[in-house]
Amino acid sequence: MGRMPRRPLPRKSLPRRRRAEGPRVALLVATRKGAFFYFANAARTRWRLEGPHFLGQIVNHVALDPRDGRTLLAAVRPGQLGPTIYRSADLGATWQEAKQPPAFARAREGERALAVSHTFHLTPGHSSEPGVWYAAVSPPALFRSADGGVTWAGVEGWNQHPMRFQWCPPEDQTPDGSIMHSVIVDPRDPSHLYVGCSGGGSFESLDRGDSWRPLNEGVEVDFGPERYPEFGQDPHCMALHPLRPDRLYQQNHCGIYRLDRPATRWQRVGRNMPPEIGDIGFGVVLHPRDPDTAWVFPMDGTSVWPRTSIGGQPALYRTRDAGASWLRQDRGLPREHAWYTVKRQAFCADSGDPVGIYFGTTSGELWMSPNEGRSFRQIAAHLPHVYAVTAVTPR
Amino acid sequence: MQVTLASALRGYTQNREHVPASGATVDELLRSLDQSFPGIRFRIVDEQERIRVHIRIFVNRELAGLGSAVREGDDVRILCALSGG
Repeated sequence: MGRMPRRPLPRKSLPRRRRAEGPRVALLVATRKGAFFYFANAARTRWRLEGPHFLGQIVNHVALDPRDGRTLLAAVRPGQLGPTIYRSADLGATWQEAKQPPAFARAREGERALAVSHTFHLTPGHSSEPGVWYAAVSPPALFRSADGGVTWAGVEGWNQHPMRFQWCPPEDQTPDGSIMHSVIVDPRDPSHLYVGCSGGGSFESLDRGDSWRPLNEGVEVDFGPERYPEFGQDPHCMALHPLRPDRLYQQNHCGIYRLDRPATRWQRVGRNMPPEIGDIGFGVVLHPRDPDTAWVFPMDGTSVWPRTSIGGQPALYRTRDAGASWLRQDRGLPREHAWYTVKRQAFCADSGDPVGIYFGTTSGELWMSPNEGRSFRQIAAHLPHVYAVTAVTPR
Repeated sequence: MQVTLASALRGYTQNREHVPASGATVDELLRSLDQSFPGIRFRIVDEQERIRVHIRIFVNRELAGLGSAVREGDDVRILCALSGG
């Protein structure tokens, strides 16, 4: 008996696949040896690599200006030379070096003579202030540009604050140096800023950086003489929800926290994580439209702090109730022997529907979930050590 | 005089290894270089006027500082540390 010819199923009976909606996504991947940009097709199923940029140089962060959708800034430091910032007005086709990169003022007699080691994080300013950018550097300090990143000046309210060296001692050398890593501009008010510093804590300014106050109430310190000091905490990453700007999340050396302003006391929502996993990690990623949904990527924080995926089995944890409960998400990720670290800036989300989740690893892999963490697939392998992954929507 | 640059600095000089510069001290020489190749000095000298930790400047094969004197015909080399692997 011959084979029956196969007829195509009627089109209407095919299961409908939910397609990503919204503009096309690009990933700006910063690594220890250069930057690599991945541009997605509309369905986020194929990725076109563009790069490398700055091959061989340390790139800590690349950021897109959402106000024009075209301008990129890159924080670059060759191994032996001084740090700088490059600017591109054409999505990386060409780059120009900053004329005046972030640099401290010349120390006067008796002052500490600080030099910028590297820019760690770049944040575009408020939507009402085109051309304004902030740069967070190591040792922990804040710089501002008002001309799109061409010239930079210190935010002296922080850099010259009389408490600054008590808040964030520049000699504190965590494995990659003491850093300011988070700069958040309140989308309702350009004068309202938050910063986060490793080995220092979280701080708030209500006057565009002229004055600052610690914002660490309720955040634990399990490595110092005092359990709940005014400052000296170790936030690893801080994020504010764009649609509910009174809500902040923080992944700290000592747990996962949430803060709903105007309250000033952080709540340790990481206590609701499975005890065998704990609530140690580097990054925290927020759902772009749901302030109750967030993701963390737990790391091994036991004994000497290996900072690797727990048990060699990487997994994300997602909350949909602002940290009251957490769900493990690891479908498609390695089941064993994956001893990588996901650093604080190497974990992000896009604005698609469903949301895409992305992370890069210290072993040079780039992963994505097209469906809010329900499954994962690898976009790239064999990259250098990944420092940052930023999902953007260029115009 | 001609200054010899380490490869990491040649991004500023269209990949030229030897470039002209003038001055009576190493500091003046670097400022002269920065006029020709904007930004190169900050890569060599930090904001506190210290030669960066992984860079050495030699004049006639002798280790030099910013205040070291230079004269026409001197052999000036700006070198970077080797590392990695």
